[in-house]
Amino acid sequence: MSVVKFILDGMELSSTSDQTILEAALKNGVYIPNLCHHPDLKPVGVCRLCLVEVEGRRPVVSCMTHVQEGMVVTTESKPITSMRKMTMSLLLANHEGDCLTCAKEGKCKLRELSSYMGIEDEDINRLRSSPRNIAKDESNPFFTIDMNKCILCGICVRTCAEIQGDSAIDYGFRGFDTVISTLGNKDIIDSICVSCGECVTRCPTGALSVNNYTPPAREVRTTCTYCGVGCGVILGVRGDTIVNVEGDRSNVVNRGHLCVKGRFGFSFVNHPERLKKPLIKKNGKLVESTWDEALDLIAGKLGNYESHEMAVLSSAKITNEENYVVQKFARTVLGTNNVDHCARLCHAPTVAGLAQSFGSGAMTNSINEIPDAACMFAIGTNTTSAHPVIAARMKEAIRNGAKLIVANPKEIELCKFANMFLQHKPGTDVPLMMGMARVIIDERLHDESFIKEGTENYEAFRKSLDNYALDFVEKITGVPANKIKKAARLYAKNKPGGIFYAMGITQHTHGTENVLATSNLALLTGNIGIASAGVNPLRGQNNVQGACDLGALPNVYPGYQKVTDLDAKKKFEIAWNCSLDGENGLTHVEIFDAIGKGNVKALYQVGENPVLSEADANHVKEALENIDFYVVQDIFLNESARYADVVLPAASFAEKDGTFTNTERRVQRVRKVIQPIGESKSDWWIMCELAKRMGASGFEFSSSSGIMDEITKVTPSYAGITYDRIEENGLQWPCTTLDHKGTEYLHSGEFKTPTGKGRFMPLEYRESDELPDEEYPLLLTTDRSLYHYHTSTMTRKVAGLNVLHEEELMMINPSDASKLEIEDREIVEIVSRRGRTRVKAKVTDICPPGLVSMTFHFFESPANELTNAALDPLAKIPETKVCAVKVSKIVK
Amino acid sequence: MRTLFVCQGTGCVSSKSPEIQVALEKLIEEANLEDIKVKLTGCHGFCQQGPIIIIEPEGIFYGLVGVDDVAEIVESHLINGKQVERLFYKEPVTGKAIPKYEDIPFYSKQERIVLKNCGTINSEDIEDYIEVDGYKAMEKALEDMIPDEVIEEVKASGLRGRGGAGFPTGLKWQFCRDAKGDQKYLICNADEGDPGAFMDRSILEATPHSVIEGMVIAGYAFGATKGYIYVRAEYPLAIKRLKIAIDQARERGYLGENILDSGHDFDLILFEGAGAFVCGEETALMASIEGKRGMPRPRPPYPAVSGLFGKPTTINNVKSLSLISPIILKGAEWFASIGTEKSKGTAVFALTGNISNSGLIEVPMGTTLREIIYGIGGGILDGKQFKAVQSGGPSGGCLPASHLDTPVDYENMAAVGSIMGSGGMVVMDEDTCMVDVARYFLDFTQKESCGECGPCRLGTKQMLDILTDITEGKGKPTDIDLLLELSDAIKTGSLCALGQTAPNPVLTTIRYFREEYEAHIKEGRCPALVCKELIDYKIDAEKCVGCHLCFNNCPVDAITGDVRGPHVIEMEKCIKCGMCLEVCPENFSAVDKISKGIEQEAAQ
Repeated sequence: MSVVKFILDGMELSSTSDQTILEAALKNGVYIPNLCHHPDLKPVGVCRLCLVEVEGRRPVVSCMTHVQEGMVVTTESKPITSMRKMTMSLLLANHEGDCLTCAKEGKCKLRELSSYMGIEDEDINRLRSSPRNIAKDESNPFFTIDMNKCILCGICVRTCAEIQGDSAIDYGFRGFDTVISTLGNKDIIDSICVSCGECVTRCPTGALSVNNYTPPAREVRTTCTYCGVGCGVILGVRGDTIVNVEGDRSNVVNRGHLCVKGRFGFSFVNHPERLKKPLIKKNGKLVESTWDEALDLIAGKLGNYESHEMAVLSSAKITNEENYVVQKFARTVLGTNNVDHCARLCHAPTVAGLAQSFGSGAMTNSINEIPDAACMFAIGTNTTSAHPVIAARMKEAIRNGAKLIVANPKEIELCKFANMFLQHKPGTDVPLMMGMARVIIDERLHDESFIKEGTENYEAFRKSLDNYALDFVEKITGVPANKIKKAARLYAKNKPGGIFYAMGITQHTHGTENVLATSNLALLTGNIGIASAGVNPLRGQNNVQGACDLGALPNVYPGYQKVTDLDAKKKFEIAWNCSLDGENGLTHVEIFDAIGKGNVKALYQVGENPVLSEADANHVKEALENIDFYVVQDIFLNESARYADVVLPAASFAEKDGTFTNTERRVQRVRKVIQPIGESKSDWWIMCELAKRMGASGFEFSSSSGIMDEITKVTPSYAGITYDRIEENGLQWPCTTLDHKGTEYLHSGEFKTPTGKGRFMPLEYRESDELPDEEYPLLLTTDRSLYHYHTSTMTRKVAGLNVLHEEELMMINPSDASKLEIEDREIVEIVSRRGRTRVKAKVTDICPPGLVSMTFHFFESPANELTNAALDPLAKIPETKVCAVKVSKIVK
Repeated sequence: MRTLFVCQGTGCVSSKSPEIQVALEKLIEEANLEDIKVKLTGCHGFCQQGPIIIIEPEGIFYGLVGVDDVAEIVESHLINGKQVERLFYKEPVTGKAIPKYEDIPFYSKQERIVLKNCGTINSEDIEDYIEVDGYKAMEKALEDMIPDEVIEEVKASGLRGRGGAGFPTGLKWQFCRDAKGDQKYLICNADEGDPGAFMDRSILEATPHSVIEGMVIAGYAFGATKGYIYVRAEYPLAIKRLKIAIDQARERGYLGENILDSGHDFDLILFEGAGAFVCGEETALMASIEGKRGMPRPRPPYPAVSGLFGKPTTINNVKSLSLISPIILKGAEWFASIGTEKSKGTAVFALTGNISNSGLIEVPMGTTLREIIYGIGGGILDGKQFKAVQSGGPSGGCLPASHLDTPVDYENMAAVGSIMGSGGMVVMDEDTCMVDVARYFLDFTQKESCGECGPCRLGTKQMLDILTDITEGKGKPTDIDLLLELSDAIKTGSLCALGQTAPNPVLTTIRYFREEYEAHIKEGRCPALVCKELIDYKIDAEKCVGCHLCFNNCPVDAITGDVRGPHVIEMEKCIKCGMCLEVCPENFSAVDKISKGIEQEAAQ
């Protein structure tokens, strides 16, 4: 790439050889008319307005022609100017003319261009016009498609292909009748469109418009509160209501890209059902109260229990500062290490597993490295549903030539893009990956020098592979041996290769071993400590990474410093000026067990819904019915809160300042957009108030940045974080000093293990706890939808999301359905040893025979009342992904 | 040994020539005649006279043959040696019969190089092709020449692309040879889409091996090991014959790996189009092969550098590829000695329209329109007057009688505002309305426009709407200037040649037939009495004898009248189908077309 000097309209301009004439002109402040150009997309030169004269050549489209040294460009000439005017006049003559009331008014590129070109009424009126009278497509709840206003610039088509990666829309028909449409010219809601809205946000005219668009009075940049990708969003406010959302193009994580929930799913913030006042249960009913009454009641009650009789559940949705305060409260005020949060139910094995093999249990690489991967192995992750923007990066990688291997018991959306699909049985991930490791070693595809220099325990691991002959692996997993070989070769031969995983790996009684199987593969091929490779657990919640980092866990203080480590304990006793319990506390499931047995009498719960999210949920419900004292701090009165003795209204992410840490360890700012709704308060204020009323000191915070200051003093990996430093792009930990630039990918050169080497782990295959048998012949697994988030506390408050995903559909294979005489959309009964429910069946071959699948988004059919809470012995995660059920027709 | 070649090009097939062949074979077998072969062959070219049977080695030409004539042919000619005179070609003016095809002016005035084998070999048998020096050029190229020599020979021949653009073929191959790529492609563009054009179709049906041989040589020359023949799906017979030919060539080792031990690999994929004219444009064609919507893209990059699947690619027309083996065999000098200074060799034309001898011909470049239309084409049908000749399909233009002496080649045709094009040539007589012709072509272009760029998608629609209005008497005084203004904008702005050349029919008809436009607009009159909104059908009461034929045949019962009484056409019901005019007996000729003479309104 070199510097280039060229002449544009007589002026000498400077640019670089990788720029097109249009880009160079715009950068230099010279406007060349254009309609189909968009900085995010590859140029196509179809609108023809950017045509320019180049000396010595025929006219060229400036958007696709690179500048060259000495080029002489003229942007206006008689034929080109006339052509532009005529083309614009033709566009306008055939355009719906309701400019004043059009949603695009003020931002319409047609208006901008026609004004620039001086188009007058006469230019348009002298032409024949042919109104197309195409009916608007109003099938999608969030946006409307009006083909009468479409100018066929193709930006939407290219956006869906190049940004979202789904190609749900394309040109259809020909000539004057050309439209942008879907496969089969169906309504958009009947297509594969996922309502991400990326096309709508880029459309230059009113052809694609957000429904009920309300321009905001002011805008605030913050971080999305849904999933662990941590997209940058810009919330638009009018008065005290969030009226609009745009993607934050300056955010390095998503570059403005959003999914349907991030773009259209924040109306829950201003929903009328938001908790506005504290509630106290009197005579079996929750009645409104005051903060004083409620906090005093809680302080009084909690003061009367022994430390070990209390437990605190922190939230993976609240900020880092709040998680810090919650665990500090539990440890210093309540004197207990019985503090945990929902990571126990999802990525606890990641922390426990990778801590052993790498010394640190977090996503090793970064989201922006994905497009440059040569290979991606996605196992146990339904990425397009649960981490849509990461899935978009994976699709980008594929367009760049990367290979994708998907391993999943169900044929998920991602399979469409995969070079290989391994459909293994649930719970057989260890043999599958050990089988792949075996192939890699047998065919000498492993990275011998890396293994020699950077790892330990290889021999023991290699020996354990003797148990994984391919015909054994084939038998256990159900995946043909030659497929396993091909997948192994693909992963080993295409470096850098990244492994991506989520609940399909972790939610098992051998979840920790599953995680170790992935780290084994990465160590074996040297795919760790380099860019675009690594082991990448996709963290679910917006701040589950932060909740773990800040110690809302029973066995570690902030920064993963062990509770049982005397040095660490001493350090925190000094920092917090109190004495601390040196024993590990109870984990999530153990807490409910203990409540059930009467050993834990008081539970303080922040931002969670265990009645729907915890495996063997009936057990949870029983526990909560019998518990002595239960406090819930949340934004809505969810299904768990109904059991509470006191409910405290919390402020949502849009009503407070703080930080979230996304799945790639990036600490990003959360900014206050509106005042807390009603009398709700931020979670940190509530904890501090309570602490003060219980006579504790160390909670005199007046701002969240003040809390962060304290955090940096005791948490080495966060030591370099300040609000100023993370203002623009956040910072990825470890960020150990104020000069440290953050860490893009981990384990470069050295691991965090005591020896500094990555550790291979020999693994044995252990069967899942409860497999199908004669009485319960089907296997139930759980899943997520793109449109709802976890227990839907937020998403089911959004009308449009309820339209896009209205009800639970239990997926069942056609052969199983026909044996049970079940028809598609018939309501059936599903029973396990722990519970039963009724649900609509969807007959589909997404599920292989023998497997049924449900989400946990709908309280009407609580899937977790069926699931099995058998625990992984190390990580203590319940085996949500595997249990035995029977499904039957409901006989009237 | 005598051979009867029964023409089975699409034209003759639709006149039941396969049945003729079956009948011939049956009768010959029954009569136990030895030393007589019957072969199917491709389009012989004199389509007006089809179905055609050629008998070799005598060189006898039988035309307008029906199944019922077969018995006589076998009995009289084959058994008794007496030729069937009534099936000979008859000169139109003198009525003289010409038994041998080489004496028929339609053939004797041609120079048949591309069409050499059309009608003289069995199109479905590689052996027939080999017998007439087939694949000898390929042998010569692969065994005696290095790739660069092949390119030099083609360059020296002066061969220019026969698809219409006329780019020097050797130079195109050179660009591709010089381009960097681990895989190179050759594509034969057989998506012949111009209405009225059937040159490429006929060649593929008649002598598919000519194209295959040319492709192997081309691939060898610039380094392509894979080739595609992109043929439109509307050519099922061509597809069938190509499939047979490709299989036969593979069996012989002329396609595949290490052809003739040369070390050169080359194989072909036959790819069918899906009904889009725009896919004849090279970048749209490549998009179509790649599985995408067939829409062109701006160039650069040019296909020679980055084409199919991003690799260096050459796209050549069927006729261009068919000329490669003659050039290699007979030499560049020989080829360059034919034609004009800048346009070497011969050109193939499909003569259609109001011409006596419609069919397929091949003449040296530089032959005048007059020689083609009158010398070979036999002039206008039914003794009518010549009005215009349209060449180059929707990209081309209409030339009037004053330009009949234009030599046909790339430069001369372009100089008068038309193009030579791929070879379609439509002859129009005095009963043609030139405005309607322009409207017809714009209707075609608008329907085939891919829609991605504004100037073409909207510009052609605008021109079509204006032309339609003019033909309906709704033209405005400013319309001619508006059409010219639109033409400039569309030519300047369109992304591909479909759009860029779409205005040509309008431009040439305005240039040469402006008075017709003006009559439509100012007087509401169609001088050729074609435009339905502007004509009336009238029965001349003095000539009408009340024979009632028109009454009986009118499809909408618009005629009133009793037998032997005067008949009248009710204009409100009349749909201007022209049935009454057609059935009214010639000796009465009582039905006339007359101008409506609508007073042109000043405003819309």
